[in-house]
Amino acid sequence: MRAPDLDLDLDTFEGPFDLLLTLVLREELALGEVDVAEIVLAYVERLAARERLDLEGCGEFLVLVASLLELKARDLFPDEEVDLSELSPEEAADELARRLEEYRRLKHGAAWLAERLEHESDRYFRLGPAPLAPRPERRLAPGRPEDLAAAVRALAEEPPQLSLAHMGLRFPPIERFLDRFRATLRRRKAFMLDAELEGLSRLEQAAAFLAVLELRKGNEVRIEQAAPFAPIRVSRLDIERSSEWRTARSA
Amino acid sequence: MENRPFRLITSGPLEALARTLEALLVVASAPLSVAELAAAADDDEARIESALELLAERFVEGRSGIVLEHVSGGYAFRASRDEAPACARLVERPVERGLSPAALETLAVAAYLGPVSRPDVARLRGVAADTVVAGLVERGLLTEAGREPGVGGAVRYRTTELFERIFGLESLSALPRLDDLGDDADSIRGRLEAVAARRGA
Repeated sequence: MRAPDLDLDLDTFEGPFDLLLTLVLREELALGEVDVAEIVLAYVERLAARERLDLEGCGEFLVLVASLLELKARDLFPDEEVDLSELSPEEAADELARRLEEYRRLKHGAAWLAERLEHESDRYFRLGPAPLAPRPERRLAPGRPEDLAAAVRALAEEPPQLSLAHMGLRFPPIERFLDRFRATLRRRKAFMLDAELEGLSRLEQAAAFLAVLELRKGNEVRIEQAAPFAPIRVSRLDIERSSEWRTARSA
Repeated sequence: MENRPFRLITSGPLEALARTLEALLVVASAPLSVAELAAAADDDEARIESALELLAERFVEGRSGIVLEHVSGGYAFRASRDEAPACARLVERPVERGLSPAALETLAVAAYLGPVSRPDVARLRGVAADTVVAGLVERGLLTEAGREPGVGGAVRYRTTELFERIFGLESLSALPRLDDLGDDADSIRGRLEAVAARRGA
């Protein structure tokens, strides 16, 4: 019987042995959770049911199980690998005996607990949420009655009148500046915006700036500024284009 | 003598305190220590212990459906063992139901050696303990108790008060000693050597 064909029914896995190996190698199944002894038992049982002994199959199974055991040992004791390999055979035997004895004590402890659980199975008691935590005492901050009176008085005072002056502002029409800048550009091929804005109010300056943006949107002008906050130069676009065209021709 | 109804507590200063303790133990869902009872009853601990003795005489197996027990470092009421069948028809016991041998071994490790990390349990049992520990934490029998020293140290676990209650332990020191197995290491080593000798022959 070939080892990979062995069907397994373990606590953590059910299926063929080769699938188990694949899952372990892909780290989709924690080898630490797999009882390797159960696998060996399953194999021996299958072997006993057969009349002929397949030595080659047995050898293959032994190699696979030995590899599994080694992987499992590395998995369970990753930090102890070096220490154990440095032990002499006698020391290793001592260490193994010590661990087995430790495990035996633990088994005795577990057996005692199991017995105790059985004995205590007729003890019923209330199980509920943890008791409520004590409520913290809420203390008022120290204060003087005069301060409280002052705070109430401040609330009773009439709030100051809100200024609505900004609602009366008249925004100058942008068309005025559009006409003005178009007229300027008909006379000159470019102008500096700062010079045009001189003597205007803030609102008029804003309207003038919007007018320049409007001209730019209509592809009538080009706007240039060497650096942030540097003077803005506004130039007629048809003049700029024709000069570019001339430059290209002469080149 | 007049056939009066059964009275749990007669009058008197200590009896009044015993009544208070009764009330506190009825509303508590976990065992209360003498100190906790003293704080809640606003009385001194010596008098609390005397009043508890009064209650222990009254709430005892065979005499009452409620039994006062000293468990998990405190005092708590539980149902009398005689009434267990009736209780079983009323309530489930999901915490301790179906505890596997692996779970009991893990509990033994935590109870005797705790706080312990999952790698500690795996080293002792020879099988990874992640699933078992997670199950015991979910049941409320184990709880986290810090981390192992060093950066990124593994989480350590210890048994809970519920563990002590379920196993009827006054404290973890009530666990039996396990060092009467002292000569086992030698006998195991002898057996190992015998096996090695047979294989070498």
